[in-house]
Amino acid sequence: MFTRTQRPSKMLGAAALLATSAFMLTACVSNAPAETASTGAAAAAPAAAGSNAEAGEKVTIGFSVPAADHGFMAAMTDLAVETAKEYPDVELKVAEGTNDVSVQISQVETMINDKVDAIVLLPFDGAALTQVAQKAMDAGIPVINVDREFSTAQSSRVTVLGDNYGVGVSAGDFICNELDGKKDAKIGEIPGIDSLPLTQDRSRGFEDALEKCGLEVSNRVPAEFTVESGEKAASNLLQAAPHLDAIWNHDDDQGVGVLAAIKAADRDEFFMVGNGGSANMMREIQSGDSVVKATTVYPAYQAADGVRVARLVAQDKALGDLLDIEIPRQIVLYAAVVTAENVEKYLPTAFES
Amino acid sequence: MSTTTETQPSRTVYTRPRRSAMKWLLDAGLRRNMGLIFALLLLCALGAFTAGDRFADSNNMMTIVRLAAVTGVVSIGATFVITIAGIDLSVGAILALSAVWATTVSGQAFAESSSWIFMALTAMAVGAAAGLINGILIAYGKVVSFITTLAMMAAARGLAEIISDKKTQIITVEPFLKAVGGDVFGVPVIVLIFILVAIGGWVLLNRTTFGRRTFAIGGNPEAARLAGIKVERHTMAIYALAGLCAGIGALMLMARTTTGSATHGTGLELDVIAAVVIGGTLLTGGRGSIFGTVLGVLIFSTLTNLFTLNNLSLSVQLVAKGAIIVSAVLIQRQLARRAQRT
Repeated sequence: MFTRTQRPSKMLGAAALLATSAFMLTACVSNAPAETASTGAAAAAPAAAGSNAEAGEKVTIGFSVPAADHGFMAAMTDLAVETAKEYPDVELKVAEGTNDVSVQISQVETMINDKVDAIVLLPFDGAALTQVAQKAMDAGIPVINVDREFSTAQSSRVTVLGDNYGVGVSAGDFICNELDGKKDAKIGEIPGIDSLPLTQDRSRGFEDALEKCGLEVSNRVPAEFTVESGEKAASNLLQAAPHLDAIWNHDDDQGVGVLAAIKAADRDEFFMVGNGGSANMMREIQSGDSVVKATTVYPAYQAADGVRVARLVAQDKALGDLLDIEIPRQIVLYAAVVTAENVEKYLPTAFES
Repeated sequence: MSTTTETQPSRTVYTRPRRSAMKWLLDAGLRRNMGLIFALLLLCALGAFTAGDRFADSNNMMTIVRLAAVTGVVSIGATFVITIAGIDLSVGAILALSAVWATTVSGQAFAESSSWIFMALTAMAVGAAAGLINGILIAYGKVVSFITTLAMMAAARGLAEIISDKKTQIITVEPFLKAVGGDVFGVPVIVLIFILVAIGGWVLLNRTTFGRRTFAIGGNPEAARLAGIKVERHTMAIYALAGLCAGIGALMLMARTTTGSATHGTGLELDVIAAVVIGGTLLTGGRGSIFGTVLGVLIFSTLTNLFTLNNLSLSVQLVAKGAIIVSAVLIQRQLARRAQRT
């Protein structure tokens, strides 16, 4: 590539120029309006009416999430950013997604150094981020813990999360109902990342609900929330189980891959229940001729709600409609079941993956 | 390529400095790493320019070095491996295995009843043992390092998942968290460990027979063998050393996150290789620089910090990281070539 006769000074200059221009370029690009590509269908509801919607004192909120490497997490981030834009009194500092706990810890440390008014933290691993969250709380910065729980509740001011045990129960109950007392039914389960406590909670809820009608999971193959991993897991599951009656898939994004595998295997003797509530799955349910019969709601707007709660906490406001003059310690979002009957109602809250 | 690398060890290693050792050291260190120092200063200038006091703040400086510490320690070990023209893809997985092994319920119960130091020793021993297995396979089994460590990467991560049952293991041994996660005179202990390992690594590579043999093997293993160096034994020791460094990294990450998890250190091997390579250590072996590696790690953690402070996306950061790797290597090559001619 290079010969010895080349003038080194020129090459050196070119290389240095390349490095500098890379920085300049990144700086320019990123100063442009960042979130032009939004999730679309999941248009966040307008700011709630009432005194809480009125602009209060200006607050800076730090926001840190895992990498947006699958649709659900991307929707979580986008919705939170959108919601912050609706409030002129909120400045959201987004430390963008990382699956490296060490980097995420340093992001929170930076927010503490910056003395932000509140931190909304969706940790990659709840236990691993607990210590730094505690450090923020000790420094007087309220931490709003979203989705993946810390190992000690005291390390956050408010926890906002979906009902993980609840979605498992909802899915299990729905399957029990549909199979209507059928004994020896074969149930498949495709969980997400198995190391996450939220996955373990979902599976526990699912097992408990199935047990009530005398069923149990016969095949369980974990995926990793991504389309690719869903396809792989489902192909393996279908190979292992020549006959199935129902499948519960923990995540609608990996569900896209699961459906692809089901189509490729040309199987339709069972029905499938999803989880998450993506627009994709809801359209499948709506179409009526899909194996997807239902999906349980695990809302992608919980980070957006986390930002709203953070604003209220930082401005020392309470939730309207309740007598409580403080924000509750924990807010668990309801695990509804979306079926062909009520899909119209839920479609506007769905996220595009 | 091979002709230039083969001549290098004789130049860098066996020529004794004529000037005073200290002056030579400064000279060599600065000259060889000029490109990196320039890049780091440029980043700092950008930081001061875009984020002002928030960047220059001492708390922020600590945030940067704390972030650098774990990757840094593992990179010191990897510098030795790459200097002998090897590669270690398994350090991230070994780190996870060490962290998980040291934080099992029984391990923690034992540490609780005796001393926290056993948790640290377990992590280091597991890391060194995994590294030793790599070393034996590479040196005596004659399996190329890329394949051996690729296999270890899969196996160690899998074993970590089995041991932890894919759950995050929370550390309840308070004395451990206090000792490794605490501060000494305002400096975080993990940063002190990084400094100690870096100094130890520098001395070992540049001031001992072990280091001189490392360069010799990297430059030309056959010549090293003819010169009477036990190449197999030395290679084995170097992979064990890299494993040990991953084990030390594990106990630092354990203190930083208060957990042991099979997901720790995912993708770490690539960050490590990037840092070592922009630090001026040649993938073809025969040349290695601990000082360069430390600068490389600091450049990447400063970059991450810069992007966090300015609210910029990590995806853009990856692009910048790629540009830095290429630029740094180009600059290094030109400087090396210029030095060769004068």
